[in-house]
Amino acid sequence: MSLFLVLEERGGHIERVSWEALAAAHRLAPAEEIAAIVIGAETEMLAAEAAQKPVGKVVRLEHPLLAPYTADGFLLALEQLVRRDEPRYVVLPHTYQVRDYAPALACRMGQVLIGDVTGIEDGAVFIRQLLQGRLNGSYRHHGDGPCFVSVQAGAFRADALDADANVKPAPIEIFRPALKPAQIRTRPSEPFRESAQTVDLGSAQRIVSVGRGIKAAENLPLIAALAQALDAELAASRPICDNGWLPLERQVGSSGHTVAPRLYLAVGISGAIQHLVGMKGSACIVAINKDPDAPIFEVADYGIVGDLFEVVPALTEAVKAG
Amino acid sequence: MKIVVAIKQVPNRDAPVRIAAGGKWIGEADLEWAMNEPDAHALEEALQLKEQHGGEVIVVSAGPERVAATIREALAKGADRGVHIVCDDLGARDALGVAGLLAAAIRNENPDLVLTGLQSEDLGLGQTGVILAELLGLPHATLILRVEKTEAGLKVKRELEEGWFQSIEMPLPALLTMQSGGNKLRYATLMGIKRAKTKELRVVNAAELGENAAPVAILDRISAPKKQKKTQILSGLPKEVAAALVEKLKAEARVL
Repeated sequence: MSLFLVLEERGGHIERVSWEALAAAHRLAPAEEIAAIVIGAETEMLAAEAAQKPVGKVVRLEHPLLAPYTADGFLLALEQLVRRDEPRYVVLPHTYQVRDYAPALACRMGQVLIGDVTGIEDGAVFIRQLLQGRLNGSYRHHGDGPCFVSVQAGAFRADALDADANVKPAPIEIFRPALKPAQIRTRPSEPFRESAQTVDLGSAQRIVSVGRGIKAAENLPLIAALAQALDAELAASRPICDNGWLPLERQVGSSGHTVAPRLYLAVGISGAIQHLVGMKGSACIVAINKDPDAPIFEVADYGIVGDLFEVVPALTEAVKAG
Repeated sequence: MKIVVAIKQVPNRDAPVRIAAGGKWIGEADLEWAMNEPDAHALEEALQLKEQHGGEVIVVSAGPERVAATIREALAKGADRGVHIVCDDLGARDALGVAGLLAAAIRNENPDLVLTGLQSEDLGLGQTGVILAELLGLPHATLILRVEKTEAGLKVKRELEEGWFQSIEMPLPALLTMQSGGNKLRYATLMGIKRAKTKELRVVNAAELGENAAPVAILDRISAPKKQKKTQILSGLPKEVAAALVEKLKAEARVL
């Protein structure tokens, strides 16, 4: 097998972003050369799910110390498997978990992860974003060691895979890494949420979302008035919630909610990648920003380049009048 | 507690971005520079830990001469001393190359805790801290919002996706990469700025650190992103664009 695809589990299933990583992996190797890796203390169900997909085989990387996730455990386990099989590529979904251990795993192999990849061109050339999405960078991997690549959520289409689904499930093998309790240096708790949710952004039909451009909390009523006129939910990018101007439950982006309303109106949001992944599935996107080069305009259907403090009140009036 | 904070100087968030001749990086001539914001949160956390538990805060940064201004800013906010790894080829190094420099400069300090931001605002690799932990042989945790000292070491609050969190307990020494939003950044006081001028800022030449491995991940070329959608830009006076947009949302997009 020349390519390892590391799958990630959440709530007992393989995450969608892992299948997007598989779609990316198909750009680098034929399906029969891809080994899908499932990791945990009990991986039988995950392996059965993975075996249905267009992969050459599935490897169950299994050990009691691999649940819950720890960086030390995953790193040590994957290192042993990578050293045994020496794949040409190791492809992973770019999740918080992968960001936590994959750079160290690559480092241990004398390699560097090419992270958060949004495109793969022949060569292989890996595209990733720079300067908060304002530019793209084309990266190449040099040297003989395995090339580690993590794939951004939403950048590759996972739905095309099902057409190639295996007629016969892929073979499954099990690999039990050598791990000792003393090698795991961190002790994670169960995940928890901070407070009860009072808004459901996920099911909102219209969202008005505000970013750094609003400058001060005192200016928020301006945006709230527009949201009210549009009968929309009010949301925000990360800096607004970091400042405590709006509660965390209204945050859209990789660390907040993923939304796909019919109308998403972004006000004073530059459109850093962490925000875009949370909203680019919206049916109609409107952006109001003073910077004509702001990346938010790359995903917008309608754009207004201008001062939000002038445009937003005018828009509120126009909506009310219309 | 002896705390090392690794910080990066990055182009100011609102700085104009122009692709330089050669197409490998942006023109830096008329850029303004700032402390990478996640690193500023790492510094703030270090200063608060020092206020609670005593100890020393040392800032380390790699880059050309201009980086000294960002280190001075950290000293003005309350860091005790700085280490400047003078390096004119930072952009030619990959994440392992940069982390190697930082590790070589930090190792002899034997810190109890190393803090850095979760990612930089320019390259956005989000790897330097994790690689640094690996090179220094330290346990690490990423995307940390809160740090609490315990008898056994640390208890930290880690951000997960979609509004979830978890606590992680770990021994010291350790390395953490800090997420924004966990603390409020302080401003440097006039007194702080004055004091910063007398604080130690040690200069180390990158060449002396012997970290010259050839990069593995190479940035070949930068380019303007391709548009994912055809955007209709509406222009005119605020009143006119507002009316035009409402009309489009009704008639074309049919979302009103």
